[in-house]
Formats: sequence, C-alpha cells, structure tokens
Amino acid sequence: MATDHKKDYLTGLRTTLSAVLYPVQVVVDLPRSGGNWLKETFSSRQQLQEENASLRAQNLLLESRLQKYDALLAENNRLRELLDSSSKVNEDVLIAEILSIDLEPFTRRIVINKGDIEGVFLEQPLLDANGILGQVVSIGAFSSTAMLITDPSHALPVQSLRTGARAIAVGIATGNQLKLEHIPNNADIKIGDVLVTSGLGGRFPVGYPVGTITTFEIDPSQPFAKVSAKPNADIEHVREVLLVRNKPPTLNIELTNELNEESSGEPTHSIVDDEQDSTVINTLDNQGGEQ
Amino acid sequence: MMGRRGGFTILLSFAVAIALMIVSLPSWIAWARPDWLALTLIYWCIALPHRIGIFSGFTAGLALDVIRGGLLGQYAAAYTVIAFLAIKLHRRMRHFPVWQQALTVFLILLLGQLTILWIKGMIDEPVPMLYYWIPSFTGLLVWPAVFIVLRSIRRNFHVQ
Repeated sequence: MATDHKKDYLTGLRTTLSAVLYPVQVVVDLPRSGGNWLKETFSSRQQLQEENASLRAQNLLLESRLQKYDALLAENNRLRELLDSSSKVNEDVLIAEILSIDLEPFTRRIVINKGDIEGVFLEQPLLDANGILGQVVSIGAFSSTAMLITDPSHALPVQSLRTGARAIAVGIATGNQLKLEHIPNNADIKIGDVLVTSGLGGRFPVGYPVGTITTFEIDPSQPFAKVSAKPNADIEHVREVLLVRNKPPTLNIELTNELNEESSGEPTHSIVDDEQDSTVINTLDNQGGEQ
Repeated sequence: MMGRRGGFTILLSFAVAIALMIVSLPSWIAWARPDWLALTLIYWCIALPHRIGIFSGFTAGLALDVIRGGLLGQYAAAYTVIAFLAIKLHRRMRHFPVWQQALTVFLILLLGQLTILWIKGMIDEPVPMLYYWIPSFTGLLVWPAVFIVLRSIRRNFHVQ
C-alpha cells in the first residue's frame, strides 16, 4: 500500500488487473448503454426527423459563430506575432463516454471508456461543452479513471475573468461545489464572477471556463473569506467528455526563457572593464542559453 | 464427501457482488450501499471454511481496489481481516439464529471499515465521519437476505 501511495511501481499491475476486470464494468454499464441502444433503434422516423432538423439548425448557428471565431483567431494570432509570443490554439480532442459506475465513496471520480489503446495519458485534462471537468488519474488498457474538479483532493489553479486575480479552486467531499482557498477579506470578488483556468501548474490549458462564484462571505474574525463557486461543467449529468490531446505548453519553458533574457540583459547594463570578467559572464550566458 | 464442487458458482457470486458494489446509485443512497462483497465473503467463509479463507478475501479485496480505483491494497487488507474473523468464528456462527448472526456480521464489518479508515487516515484521504459507518448498519439489515439467498444457491448447486 505504501508502495502504491508513494511510488508508481504498481501501475503496471493495476493496469493489467483493470483490463481483466473491464468486463465487469461493461456488464454493470450494460443497462444504460443497452437502454440507449434500444431507444435509438426503436425511435420513430418522425422523432429522428425532428432531431435531425434541430441539430441542423444548431449546426448552422455554431458554424456562423465559428466564422466569427476564425476571424478573431486570425486577428489574435497576428497580435501575438506582434508581441512575439507563442500561442497554442489548435487543441485536438478525443471524445469519450462515461461508464455509469460508482467508485470509492466520498471521492469524485469517473470511469471513461477510452484507455491506453486510444492514447489517453496521465494528467490529461477532461472537458465537457461548458467547462473543465477534471483530469485522468489512472489508465487501463480499455478504460481509464478521471478525477473530477469537485473531488476533495483536487486543486485547480483558476483566475477571475473580470479582475484577473488568481486563486486555487478545491473540491469538497459533499455536493457539487468548488471552494476558493486563501482569499483575503478585501479581495475584489463579486457573486457571478466567472472563473477560468489560469494555466499555472501546466496541466490544464489556459482560459477554459471553470465556474461562477456563488457565495462570498466575509467573517471579520477569520483571516480569509469564504468563497465558493459552482462548476460550469454539468458534472452530475454529463455523459460524454472531451479529452484534450496535446499537452499544454509547460510553464518551465517560458520561465527559463525569461530568465535567459534577464541574464543576457545584465552584461549590457553593467559595463565591465576587465576582460576576464566579461568572458566569465559570457560563458555563463552561453550555459544559460544552452539549458 | 463428493469432493470440491461448484467453484464456478462461488466465483460467479463474487463477480455479482463486485458488480453490485459499483452499480451506479443516486448519490443520496450511494452512501448507504451495503458492502455486498464483504457479506458474500463472510457467508462463504462460514459455509465453506476449507475452501474460502484469507487468501480469497485478499484477492477479492484486490479486485475491488482495482475496480474502484482507490489505493491498491486498502480493501485487500480489510477483507483479509474480515475473512480471518469469519473463519475464526464460523463454528459459533453456524449455530446462531439469523439475528444473532447479523449482529456478529455487523461487528466484523465495523472492524473491516475501521481498517480502511486507518489506511485512509494514513494517506490523508478526507472521510465524512458519520456517513462513513452507514454501510455497516445496512449490512446488518441485509444480512438475513444475503444469507438465505446464498444458502439456497449453495444447496441448489450442491456447492461444497
């Protein structure tokens, strides 16, 4: 147990065992998936036509929005080029279905029907149509387990869309809610503020909606305010999830770049008379550049 | 003695118990889900102590750990404790009336849950204290049903 908690030697064993036990999961999920199948097979022609029409209308609407989005994307890329910063916008997604299976009580985890074979990887972010859902925590051959953002042991770096203030959103054991930790009493937070991922920590892509602030209570006797938020993603009812395929750009690269710029900027400011010193600085610079 | 029979039936009963452990329930009732796998294990330990014992308990627990995605080994440890106690007490429990059996099962289940609570405490997994013990009480309530169903299965399929 200690081995499983601290190290990852047992991942292989767990993966193998979960592949062996996958049939049980499928059987348990059968009533729901079978019901869906029956509903789709025996739905009347009229129903299908109606559904088709409504989907067509929705598609048209989304396409028109996409056109606007394309224009904005081009503009955004151009501006980013002007600013000389990299951008990652084309995120490849994989659609997975949630198996209706209950896991450990008092945790918030789900099983999805995509695994190692489909290219799911650890710490892969999960989204639904409205916002961030969670991240993958263990992988089997055909299925994998994901931890939701409302799990009590999950913490998500977020940012207020209105003010840009950063915070950590933590799940709670009971109920579909997030708790913002260590918010000072004088923080500029209003009920209804939208939270997005800040991308700090490097696991989640930047700027995806997370939730909206529902309560902001100040108790003067407490050092921090009590802030809770409701997740945007429809965590209780969602059936299909999106797995973001490409890993978000890691923060380390940006940081080292910044450090390099700073260190390369130093010699120009500090004029060095002695040649030896300047060579030392140069070699240091080169080392920094290589890293 | 007709030799060992009905291994498949025993395996199937364990598989059904595992399936019952992960069937999706509404969240307000999921807390009260009785530990079907532990009850099945206790029954077989009482009925066939020469076949089902501590090792079977460990294996069943390991399977549950994997399928529920918790820490690998927590249920294995708890079910080892449960199987040990059930084997220890099987001679007495066979002669108990069902309600007294249910009380003994309740105590065994509590000790199993205590083991898991210790493990969860060691790895700092948050557990709401009062709700956590509900499965043992529901286990007490459903034990007579589990006992009667599994006994009739054992007699019908001549498992021994």
